[in-house]
Amino acid sequence: MASNAEEKAESARTRSAWLLSTPALIVLLFAASGPLLIVVTYSFLTPGQYGNVVWNFDLSGWVGILFSKDIFDGTWHLADAHLSIFWRSVKLSLLTTAITFAVGFPTAWFIATRPPTQRALWLFLITIPFWTNLLIRTIAINEVIRNEGLLNTVLIWIGVISTPLHIIYTDTAVLIGMAYVYLPLMVLPLYAAIDRFDMRLLEAGYDLYASRIQVLRRVILPIVKPGIIAGSILVFVPSLGAYVTPRVLGGGKNMMIGNFIELQFGQARNWPLGAALSMTLLIVVMAALLVYVKASTREGNPHG
Amino acid sequence: MSESPIAVEARNAVKAFGQGATAVKALDDVSVKIKKGEFFTLLGPSGCGKTTLLRLIAGFETPTSGQILLDGADITQLPPNKRPVNTVFQSYALFPHLTVAQNIAFGLEMQGRPKAEIKKTVARMLALVKLEPMADRKTSQLSGGQQQRVALARALAPAPKVLLLDEPLSALDLKLRKEMQIELKRLQMETGITFVFVTHDQEEALTMSDRIAVMSAGHIQQVGAPREIYTRPANRFVASFIGETNFLTGKSDGEAVQLDIGSKIAIKAPPGPVSLAIRPEQVRVVAANDPGALPATVGATVYFGTDTHLHLVMKDGSTLVARMQSPASGSGDLAKGTNVGVTFPDSALQLLGD
Amino acid sequence: MANPSFEVARLPGFRFIAMAVFVVLYLPIITLVVYSFNAGQSVALWEGFSLTWYHSAWQNEAVKGATFRSLIIAASASGIATTVATMAALGTTRRKAFKGQTFIYVMINQPLMVPEIVTAVALLIFFASIKVATGYNGLIYLIIAHAAFCIPFAYLPIRARLEGMDLTLETAAADLYASHWLTFRRVTLPLMLPGIIAGAMLAFVISLDDVVITEFVKSGGQDTLPTYMLGQMRRAVTPEVNAISSVLLALTVVMLTAFFLLTRKKD
Repeated sequence: MASNAEEKAESARTRSAWLLSTPALIVLLFAASGPLLIVVTYSFLTPGQYGNVVWNFDLSGWVGILFSKDIFDGTWHLADAHLSIFWRSVKLSLLTTAITFAVGFPTAWFIATRPPTQRALWLFLITIPFWTNLLIRTIAINEVIRNEGLLNTVLIWIGVISTPLHIIYTDTAVLIGMAYVYLPLMVLPLYAAIDRFDMRLLEAGYDLYASRIQVLRRVILPIVKPGIIAGSILVFVPSLGAYVTPRVLGGGKNMMIGNFIELQFGQARNWPLGAALSMTLLIVVMAALLVYVKASTREGNPHG
Repeated sequence: MSESPIAVEARNAVKAFGQGATAVKALDDVSVKIKKGEFFTLLGPSGCGKTTLLRLIAGFETPTSGQILLDGADITQLPPNKRPVNTVFQSYALFPHLTVAQNIAFGLEMQGRPKAEIKKTVARMLALVKLEPMADRKTSQLSGGQQQRVALARALAPAPKVLLLDEPLSALDLKLRKEMQIELKRLQMETGITFVFVTHDQEEALTMSDRIAVMSAGHIQQVGAPREIYTRPANRFVASFIGETNFLTGKSDGEAVQLDIGSKIAIKAPPGPVSLAIRPEQVRVVAANDPGALPATVGATVYFGTDTHLHLVMKDGSTLVARMQSPASGSGDLAKGTNVGVTFPDSALQLLGD
Repeated sequence: MANPSFEVARLPGFRFIAMAVFVVLYLPIITLVVYSFNAGQSVALWEGFSLTWYHSAWQNEAVKGATFRSLIIAASASGIATTVATMAALGTTRRKAFKGQTFIYVMINQPLMVPEIVTAVALLIFFASIKVATGYNGLIYLIIAHAAFCIPFAYLPIRARLEGMDLTLETAAADLYASHWLTFRRVTLPLMLPGIIAGAMLAFVISLDDVVITEFVKSGGQDTLPTYMLGQMRRAVTPEVNAISSVLLALTVVMLTAFFLLTRKKD
C-alpha cells in the first residue's frame, strides 16, 4: 500500500519533470535538433539546378565529399581541391590546439598559483575575451596582422623589416587568428584542473629528489591530464568547424570546412553535398566529444 | 649518549613571514641539535613554529636568518630536491596517478638509481611496511592506515639521513594511531634513521620520543627526555602543556619557600614571589586530622574510569587537583564539603622559571 | 641574507609566457578601441582624438537598423530562452534520476555540442521551406533560432543556483503553512532569482554576439550588427566598424561584470 503510494508520487514527479521541460524541448526540437534530421534527408537527394533539392534519392552528395564528376566525360575521380580543404582544416585545427596548449598551460598554471585574492582578477582577464564577440576579436587580430596593421607598422618603424609581411589571407593568418580567439577555451579547463591539483604533491616530488622538469613531467602533467584533454577538445572542435575566422583572415581562398559548406549553399548550389559535409563534420565532432566525456567521467569517478 | 654525533642542527634560525611592521616571526632565534639515530619530537600547540622548523630542515622554506646544518655541513641554501632528507607529509601527498610501488620508487628514480636496485629496494620497503599484496594498487584504493604506510615507505626508500614526519598520525582514528605509534617506533629502531617528528599530541610525544623539544610562540621552551620534561618542566608553559598540573604560589626568603596554601618547604629560590608546579598524582588525600596535613575541603569529584579527580579547596581559596585510583567498589566517593587533609612529598614540587 | 624560500609552484619561464599571453590577448582589443577614436580615415596612422566614427556610425541608417534588430532579437530570444530554461531547470534539478533525464540533458545541451555551421545549415534548409510555404519572412525565424541556442546558456546558471539551494528552506516554508504555490513564490523564486538574471544576461550576450546562425537564417535586409560588420569586412576596413565593435565590447564587459557580481559565491 505504502509502496503503491510512493510509486504514484514518483511517477507524478517524473510527469512534472517532463511537463516543465516541454516548452524548452519544443523550442529546441523546432530550431536546433529537428532541422538536423532534415539535413540528413537532404544529403541523400539530388541537387536542384538553382539550389535546393529535387526529391529523388541520390548518393552523389556523399560520394561528392571525396570525388568529383568530370564535366565533360562524366567520370568520377578523387577531388584534390576537397582533400586540400579537409587537410587544411585538420592541420590548422591541430596546430591551433598545440599552440594554445603550449602557451595556455603556463598561463593557467600562473593563474592557479597566484594568491587567492588575485586569482579571481587574472581569471576575469581571461574570461572577458572568452565572452567577447568572436567576430570582434577576429577584427581586432586583423587590425594587428594586416599589411598596414600594427605589427607591420611597428616592425618597419623599428627597422626589422623594410616591406610589410604579407600574413593576411594566408593559412598563417587563419592559424594566428584561431589560436588567438580560442585560447581562453584552452586556459579555462586547464585552470580548473590545475586548481584542483594538490600543490603538496609538488613538495613530495621535490622532497624525493625530482628536478623542476621532472616534477612537471612526472607529477603535474599526468595528474592534470583530464584538463589537458578537455581543453584540447574544446579548442579542436570549434576550430574544425570555424567559419568566421577563416572567412575574415583567410580571404576567399584559404577555405576551411565551414566555408566550404557555406559555398555549397551559395555559389556552388549543391545542397546535398553541403548537407553531407555538415553531417561528416558533425560525426567527427561527436566522436571527439565522446572522447571528452569518457575522459571527464573517468576523472569524476575517483576510486574510493 | 651525549657524545653521539649531531645529525641536524638549527643555528639561530629565524623565519619571519610578511614584511615590515606586519611581519610575523614563526621562528624566533631557534637553536637545536638533533643527534644521530634518535627519535626527536617537536611538540607544541598549532602556530608554535614546529612545522616551520621542520620545513626549514626539509628545504621548503629558507630561514630569514640563521643556518641549518646536516652532518655538520651548511645546507641552508640547498633546494629540497638536493637534500638527503625526506618528509612524511601530514596529508601523505601520495601521487594519485601512481601505484603503491611506483610511489615508493619515485624518489629512487629521481636519484637515477639503477633499475635492479630500485626494484630490490621497493620490495624491501613493501615488506618493511607489510604492504606486499598492495604493490600494484592505486593509492586511492587504500585505507588511511595503509596510505600512511606507503607514505612512510616512500620517504624511507631513498635511505635519507633524516626522516621528517609532519603530524603523520593526525588523520588516523585513535586505535589506528596507537598501532602506528608502535609501528613507527619499530621502523625507527630497524632502520636506525634519525626521525624528527612533529606533533601537538603530548601523549604521542611522551610515548615515542627519545627527546622532546617543547615549542611555543616561535621559541623552544625546553629540550629533554620525556621523563625529564614531565617531571621537571622548565617553565609554566611546559608544565601546563604537558600533562595536568597544579600551580602553586609562594614566597621565597632565599632558604625556603612559604606556600600560600600553608606549608613551608626547603627549596632554594631567589627571594621574592615564586611559582611552583605539582602533578595531580603526587597530591595525596589523607584524613583531616593527619599530622602535617594541610586542611582542605572537597569541592568536586570527577570520575575518569580508572582514575578519579578530586578538586580540593585550600585555605587560601585556591583549588588543588588530586588524582587517585578509583575505588574498586565504586562507592567510596567523598561527599562535597567533606574536610580532608592534603600532603605531598617536597621533592614533587617543581620550581618554575618564566 | 633574506633569501626567498624554495618556491615549489614555480616553473621556469611560465610567468614570462603568461605575461606575454595577457599582452597578446589584450593588445589587439586595445588597438581596436584606440583606433576607433582616430580622427583620420586611416586605421594605421594616428591623426588625433575624435568621435567622428561614432558619430558617422550613429548617422548610418544601416547601422541604426542593425542595432535595433540586434536588440529586438536579443531581448526576445533571451526572454523566451530564460523562461523555458527556468521551467526546465525546476523540472530537472533536485530530484532523483528519472526516466528520460539524460535525453532532456542532451537536448538542452545540444546547441553547445553541434558545430554552429551545421546548425546554421540545418536552419537554412528548414526555414527556407517554411518561408516558401508561408510567404512570411519576419524576424520571428531569427528570434526562435536565437532562443534555441541560448537555452543552454540560460539553463546552466539557473540549474547551478537551484542545486546550491538548501532544500530545508522549502521544507521550513511548508512547515510554516505555505502552500506549494506560496512556497515557490515566496521562497524558491526569490532564491533562484540571481540565477535567472545571470542566465538571462548570458543569453542576451550570446544572442547579441551570434554571427554564423544569423548569417544563414536572415532574409534580405535583416542584418544584425555582427552580420553587418561581417559584410563590411569584405571591403576595406573603416574605423566605423571599430567604433561599433568598441560599443559592443563595452556592453559585453558591463554585462559580464554584472554577471560575475551576481553569481559570486558569498564567503
